[in-house]
Amino acid sequence: MNLTLKIWRQKSPKDKGQIVEYKVNDISEHMSFLEMLDVLNEDLVAKGEEPVAFDHDCREGICGMCSLHINGEAHGPDRLITTCQLHMRTFKDGDTIFIEPFRSKAFPIIKDLVVDRSALDRIQQAGGFISVNTSGNTQDANAIPIAKAAADESMDAATCIGCGACVASCKNASAMLFMSAKVSQYALLPQGRVEAADRVTNMIKQMDKEGFGNCTNTGACEVECPKGISLNNIARLNREYLKASI
Amino acid sequence: MSGYFSSSVGRKFFMALTGLFLVFFLLVHLIANLTLFFGADSFNATAEFMGTNPVIQVMQPLLALGFIAHIITGIILELKNNSSRPIKYTKNNVGANSTWMSRNMIITGLMIFAFLALHIINYFIPIKTTHVENHYELVVGLFKNPIYAGIYVLAFIFLGLHLMHGFQSSLTTTGIRQEKYQKCIKTLGTIYSLVVALGFISIAVWFHFA
Ligand code: HEM
Ligand code: SF4
Ligand code: FES
Repeated sequence: MNLTLKIWRQKSPKDKGQIVEYKVNDISEHMSFLEMLDVLNEDLVAKGEEPVAFDHDCREGICGMCSLHINGEAHGPDRLITTCQLHMRTFKDGDTIFIEPFRSKAFPIIKDLVVDRSALDRIQQAGGFISVNTSGNTQDANAIPIAKAAADESMDAATCIGCGACVASCKNASAMLFMSAKVSQYALLPQGRVEAADRVTNMIKQMDKEGFGNCTNTGACEVECPKGISLNNIARLNREYLKASI
Repeated sequence: MSGYFSSSVGRKFFMALTGLFLVFFLLVHLIANLTLFFGADSFNATAEFMGTNPVIQVMQPLLALGFIAHIITGIILELKNNSSRPIKYTKNNVGANSTWMSRNMIITGLMIFAFLALHIINYFIPIKTTHVENHYELVVGLFKNPIYAGIYVLAFIFLGLHLMHGFQSSLTTTGIRQEKYQKCIKTLGTIYSLVVALGFISIAVWFHFA
């Protein structure tokens, strides 16, 4: 298929940036979206032009590096997938596709479609862990009984890959879905309860410092999240924070 | 606790509490207004009760504070959220992932505010500053005015839209939401929004044409 691409080009963090139009031809429907961009970049390099910078790593939906706001949605129009898992069969011959970086004050643009998402890492570092060493005298994994339902919910929350699609989709550029997944995965387990109050307090403090917006429960994050993290986690986060503050 | 309310999550909690307080107030107000359907005597008795009952007198300034707090916090929230994405998307398919109501709370909210100002000028100030003998006549007279009735209907459409998102949103913000209650919360929110909006609208329409 032949496509028209409208891609955000920006040379550096300070550059103003603009949408530039490109044509790509003979794209196979079996290609992933990133492979389609590889084809474009090969074309550009052959013509002596600067290739489009975009993030990627695993290309199998686990690392969370690939970003991109495609035709107005984080990770494109498909559901429960990352951009590397988006296939060109989702589009039709002759389509025009807008490709923009994830936009948020907390995600400054480095170049073209590459944004700096380390704000999410700093939130994680502020409390998204359990302070015990696992080497040497590791306890038997089954020594603490945990209800199946709690274990399942915790595991669901732990599938968050920190991709930032929730921030990119939210009209307020809020990181609450990410936060809530990171808080919930520990809050549901006895090992996580010990530091629960400090964890949620410190992580929220860091989140606010990074310049993310405030959640208004629009639910856009939940729809666009590649891992299906539920808004129920945000309610849990709100409960945890209230508990920690009184 | 002071750290709590200055955080983003705490500010939202305050927003939800004031919102829920207004949700409760609306129900009381609607019940009072519905007595219009029972004729002049029962509505005038209700107005008399509202004007003299000590509990209502204590609640009135609280209600005013609640409104002001909700509106100011709402505007601060909106400004903060707007500045969190300084460069907007060229193409943003928001309809694919969220409802119009959830994205436009500030617009529906400000419309309610505009109506509130009108309501205070047309009804609340007259009944507080002059001695109104017959509340029923005053209210029904206002509804006869096509412009007033039209604005009234429009305002309650906006209120219904505000509540359609606000009701269930406030239960997530306060942490009440859980998977097993969510369906019930959503249904309850829709029923509440429809009852309140259509309740007030039916009064305006009935007395305009009656
Ligand atoms: C009787 C009138 C009103 C009622 C019953 C009401 C109710 C609510 C409720 C329940 C919420 C959800 C709170 C949350 O999830 O945290 C809300 C949010 C909000 N309200 Fe109101 N409200 C009213 C009037 C207003 C007015 C006059 C404004 C004017 C600015 C306003 C602006 C907002 C905003 C900006 C939000 C936040 C958006 C969100 O959280 O989704 N509201 N309101
Ligand atoms: S909650 Fe979902 S959208 Fe947000 S960072 Fe985690 S995986 Fe990505
Ligand atoms: S490249 Fe790793 S999730 Fe897409």
